[in-house]
Amino acid sequence: MDTLIQFAYIVSAALFILGLKQLGSPATARRGNLISSSGMLLAIIAALLDQGIVQYQWIIVGVLVGGAIGAVVARMVEMTSMPEMVALFNGFGGMASLLVGWAALSDNASTFTLITIVLSILIGGLTFTGSLVAYGKLSEKISSAAVQFSGQQIVNSVIVLGILGSAAMFCLDPTNITWLFAVIALSLVFGVMAVIPIGGADMPVVISLLNSYSGLAACAAGFAVDNNILIVAGSLVGASGIILTQIMCKAMNRSLSNVLFSGFGSGKTEATVVEGEIKPISAEDAFYVLEAASSVAIIPGYGMAVAQAQHVVKELAELLEANGAEVNFGIHPVAGRMPGHMNVLLAEADVPYDQLLEMDDINPRMETVDVAIVIGANDVVNPAAREIESSPIYGMPVINVDSARTVFVLKRSMASGFAGIENPLFYKDNTRMLFGDAKESISGLVREFNS
Amino acid sequence: MMTEIISEPIPAVVFLTFILMLSIFLGFELINKVPATLHTPLMSGANAISGITVVGAISLAGNGHGDLAQWLGAGAVALASINVVGGYMVTDRMLAMFKKKEG
Repeated sequence: MDTLIQFAYIVSAALFILGLKQLGSPATARRGNLISSSGMLLAIIAALLDQGIVQYQWIIVGVLVGGAIGAVVARMVEMTSMPEMVALFNGFGGMASLLVGWAALSDNASTFTLITIVLSILIGGLTFTGSLVAYGKLSEKISSAAVQFSGQQIVNSVIVLGILGSAAMFCLDPTNITWLFAVIALSLVFGVMAVIPIGGADMPVVISLLNSYSGLAACAAGFAVDNNILIVAGSLVGASGIILTQIMCKAMNRSLSNVLFSGFGSGKTEATVVEGEIKPISAEDAFYVLEAASSVAIIPGYGMAVAQAQHVVKELAELLEANGAEVNFGIHPVAGRMPGHMNVLLAEADVPYDQLLEMDDINPRMETVDVAIVIGANDVVNPAAREIESSPIYGMPVINVDSARTVFVLKRSMASGFAGIENPLFYKDNTRMLFGDAKESISGLVREFNS
Repeated sequence: MMTEIISEPIPAVVFLTFILMLSIFLGFELINKVPATLHTPLMSGANAISGITVVGAISLAGNGHGDLAQWLGAGAVALASINVVGGYMVTDRMLAMFKKKEG
């Protein structure tokens, strides 16, 4: 029986791998998800056949309660709130691994097992509280600003030393449960401390990293309970999170340690004087320009998600196409609050995915674009990243909307973006500002087209 | 003189670490091929996979001892089930929305 269970795990590992492989193209991705979920089902059935199980009621209660919560959340969640949901789920995964690690503790555990128990508690714990803080910041339940105080580094170092010390003491003397509780408590505190100094705009990095941690925690728990499938699945998730973290960091031209340890924009507020004046435009005038355009590029940012403007954006895109214009969307890797956030919102609004271009694909075309419409994006289209060496975002790859003939920037007010950096784009000769709520402004354009 | 070949059994941890190493490399290869447009579903799908902890939690929750390990296991089963069910369902919901241009 035991061998059979192990073979079932091998099959389910293969199904996970096939599922991820199919995720390589939007055409097969849905099937891939189905394959991956059948791998999970198989693994769970195999686990239930374990002969060590004598009592099923708490397993059933757990699965039913958890499954019901998961199903309700998955159905109800708005696409704009996807980052919060993923953050929260990362946290649950971390907590589950913490509990499994803790439960794996037995009197005759070897030192190696003890170390893996500590690891699963440590990674699981900091993933849990870190994710809760990230969730709070993303859902604006707490301030999304970077929280920094003097001596922060010292406090964090003390916590890390405390974790290492208690972990060592626990491994040497596992009968003294106090050290275990110390590790648990300090890991939970460390998760909070690690995420509070990171600002809202850096959340794509944090959420990717926590995603990776939730996998690594599962991996550590796999070592603690001696289970292959946990190790395989956990490391697949860990690798995925690390790759996304790398992509996000590269897209911001910053190192991971820079994101994690220096709250963005803090202490380097350089007053860059930008020449020129702001030129507002009315919806009516914007309409005349758009009507004459034969090529339009739309660059969405987090502001589009906040204003829930994706559906009306799609409507505008359709009107422009009906008017004979070619419409493309330019998506910056860190637009929004998580990797691929904009793509999901636009897919929700029925924008076909072949119209969504990555930064490297849209930039070479920018010079032939008549009108570039920037919707609630700021830093990802900031030409200061190319032009002003003293700018904190200098060197970050951006979408070069300023190369288009005309740029419309939809913006609530003149307040600067999340990073608090001046944007010379607003002062360029070919830029026109369309002030107001993004959804309202676009609805205004749609009305002009329809009248 | 006879030389006897004494082979000690290889400890399980070696195999587990071996698996770990291979899966990390495999993970990198697989995920690198996922296009940027699918990164959000990739994350929520990965989330669902990280719910694999449920497998480890099940045997703990069913040990029947009524001890601490059983309760911790039951809690882990519930939390990981949120990930598994919620993760796969929301990923499916998202992927169903990705459509190619007609015609």
